Amino acid sequence: MSGVHDLGGMRGFGPVRPEPESEEPVFHEEWEGRVYGIVRLIGLLGLWNIDMSRHNREQLPPADYLANSYYKNWFAGIQKQLVGSGLVSEEELQTGRASTPVPEHIMEKVVQAEQVRAAPYMTSSYVRPAASSPRFSQGDRVRAINRYPRGHTRVPGYVQGHTGTVREHYGSQVYPDLSSQGVDEGRHLYNVRFEGRDLWGELANVNSAVYVDLWETYLEPEP
Amino acid sequence: MTDAHHPDHRHDDHHHTEPPPDIELRVKALESLLVEKGLVDPEALDALIDLYQDKIGPANGKHVVARAWADEAFRRWLLDDPNVAIASLGYVGAQGEQMRVVENTDDVHNLVVCTLCSCYPWPLLGLPPVWYKSAPYRAQAVVDPRGVMRQFGTEVAEWKEVRVWDSTSEMRYLVLPQRPEGTEGWREEELMELVTRNAMIGVEEARHPAAEGRKA
Repeated sequence: MSGVHDLGGMRGFGPVRPEPESEEPVFHEEWEGRVYGIVRLIGLLGLWNIDMSRHNREQLPPADYLANSYYKNWFAGIQKQLVGSGLVSEEELQTGRASTPVPEHIMEKVVQAEQVRAAPYMTSSYVRPAASSPRFSQGDRVRAINRYPRGHTRVPGYVQGHTGTVREHYGSQVYPDLSSQGVDEGRHLYNVRFEGRDLWGELANVNSAVYVDLWETYLEPEP
Repeated sequence: MTDAHHPDHRHDDHHHTEPPPDIELRVKALESLLVEKGLVDPEALDALIDLYQDKIGPANGKHVVARAWADEAFRRWLLDDPNVAIASLGYVGAQGEQMRVVENTDDVHNLVVCTLCSCYPWPLLGLPPVWYKSAPYRAQAVVDPRGVMRQFGTEVAEWKEVRVWDSTSEMRYLVLPQRPEGTEGWREEELMELVTRNAMIGVEEARHPAAEGRKA
């Protein structure tokens, strides 16, 4: 358990209350679409990566994170990143008027409409070279290490300390715990199956399992 | 023509005595600032929003599923090499670079969630619905998937294994629903009508042709 965003298994939120599929708009308010678009376009400038953005949103005040609508959190997050990166000054954010110039090397990366409209639609690659051969292979029994990092991580609290079985090795992929700190390195990634009863005990759903993608550093051989 | 000078009137019935909500103004202010600084090209912003509003949505995933139902060779390709199979239909893009397709069978039912944020296969399903990103779904899907599906009117028999896929990495998951009975000989375009977005997340089964008939 590392933050308010780590919601798997948490009680007390009440029913899901889905809107009927045929009636739900992509954006419920116009501003939501604008926020989505701004976050994507600014993200494509390459000043931060997806793990930094996730980490940034995870550090919003916990009560706000839960109370805010999804795009309100995105809006809060992008403002924090714009100021934190120096792209926008606090004063500019307050006044809404531009007062500092943007460096040329960033201006060169500003996304144009034709880039947006062209396939492959702003894809990224997450595959990275591995420094070592994979420690685990399909069928291995592995335990999610009980760890409590200060920064960003992608191991959900509900699997920590529990044992599962490797279903697939996904190769070496960018490692979020370091990527969120601006260090781009690969680690082996695995898809691991946990039995419902191992995670949740006797109240688990019958005949259920949870599959979680976990980097090698999150795992150890079954003791 | 004077309307052009008035604030947005679309939500008047909800709050006609209130000023526009603060968030709306603040987003507008940020957008103008970023445009003024040259960091956001207004045309690119409109193009991006249009792309996800109108072009990239569940219809893409429905096409993939219907093709897999109608064409056994494509079904096997999709399960064995999803990225290439999906790209062959033209559905590429951010948040769909690394796909896995999980198939519902007589013995297995699959459900997709992202407990840590909102990971979702955009090129195939578009942007996720509000409920998918909500705390109740993210909290419950891993611990009580059967209960969650019941909230969508879906009862999965106890003898069927329920597999929940928590999207914690940059891999993205799509559920291949079971082809409904009574659709033998249906063409791909007809089959597409039976595929719902929710079935490709796994909270529902594909529509039954009889139910479809009643609707029509």
